Amino acid sequence: MFDGREPIYLQIAEQIREQVVSGTLGEDEQVMSTTQYATTFRINPATAQKAFAELVEEGVLYKRRGLGMFVAPGARERLLEGRRASFFAEVVDPVAAQARVLGIPLADVIARLEQRSADDGAPRRPTTPTNPTAPTNPQEETR
Amino acid sequence: MSFAVEVRDLTVRYGRTTAVDSVSFDLQPGVIYGLLGRNGTGKTSLLSTIAAFQRASAGTLRVGGEDPYENARIMASTCLIREGGDFLDEKTKDVLRYAAAVRPAWDAELAARLVDLFELPLDKKPTQLSRGKRSALGVVVGLASRAPLTMFDEAYLGLDAPSRYAFYDALLEDYAEHPRTIVLSSHLIEEVERLFERVIILDAGRVLVDEEAETLRSRGTTVTGPAAAVDEFTAPWRVVARKALGPTVQAIVVDALPADARTNAAAAGLELGSVPLQDLFVHLTSPQGTS
Repeated sequence: MFDGREPIYLQIAEQIREQVVSGTLGEDEQVMSTTQYATTFRINPATAQKAFAELVEEGVLYKRRGLGMFVAPGARERLLEGRRASFFAEVVDPVAAQARVLGIPLADVIARLEQRSADDGAPRRPTTPTNPTAPTNPQEETR
Repeated sequence: MSFAVEVRDLTVRYGRTTAVDSVSFDLQPGVIYGLLGRNGTGKTSLLSTIAAFQRASAGTLRVGGEDPYENARIMASTCLIREGGDFLDEKTKDVLRYAAAVRPAWDAELAARLVDLFELPLDKKPTQLSRGKRSALGVVVGLASRAPLTMFDEAYLGLDAPSRYAFYDALLEDYAEHPRTIVLSSHLIEEVERLFERVIILDAGRVLVDEEAETLRSRGTTVTGPAAAVDEFTAPWRVVARKALGPTVQAIVVDALPADARTNAAAAGLELGSVPLQDLFVHLTSPQGTS
């Protein structure tokens, strides 16, 4: 654990974000204390504190005096929003770049994504080319 | 309780040899420091002087606001464990009894727990103990003293790996509950670096580095990519090492790079990585690194 090249406090912060996103840590649930972090991962307690400070600033955690750190209400939704915003730039674009390097047609990539999506039982959008600005749901026109 | 330490222009000479050469720094109370330096750079002389085992040749020293030399109150609350231990030639249990008598914050319960943990034979004298057990005795005395200024000078190098890990765990656990000023000097940098909040590096009797461990780590960056791009990118910075692997070059920069460097590097097709503290230490203290 924490063997990556990034500073340990950033790794701790990312790990907590991950737990919030996945729901392992629920809203208003208490996070491990700096002492627990220090003794579990053999790090200076100040390192864990630095991670907490960053997450408090982001609104992921809040401090209860004398009790410790807790997950802020709405933290998960905020994190998800942030990830959705960067999804295409950080996840999709590198896939497209890699596909180009490997000579894999984008159509194959898209077919694979649609296959996975169908396997997962996720709702499928029409596969025919559509104008993205045109409403796909007739009810929306009346709003 | 934690002691602050103020060191100003401190010099330690032995005859015509200068071991510590006019150094100045502060130890903030309640912080774990790493004191690093190659062999013979003055670490032991510096720590022995702070612990008032010896007198400074010049300069001023304040521990908990007072001159520690022949100062009973400060000395009782300052604990320096050196390699070898400086123990009385008495049975282990008597060494511990003596420590309990002179250390105002001694925790007998913690001492007993650590004696069990390290399986210390109580009826043997330190000279009859193996190197590892003698180191363990030093660790027990150093931790159970709970001194407001606690310093371990390579004291745990004699321990085997599982015992060293047990020491780090015991230290962190007790420090979290009873914060105090702690100095660890070690050559096993990779193993202990995460314990440090701040790092002081001595080189030839002088302070080469005195900063937050995280900041020090961020000073080292590897830059990897096509030779021309690497050289252009690293030109404004201090490069301590450059390795060519075919057309690819990896350079190690020891300056803190500005925030936009990452973006510029990516645009230039370069990969940035961090440098382990131990490697950074080697580059900073090797003869070509200091020039």
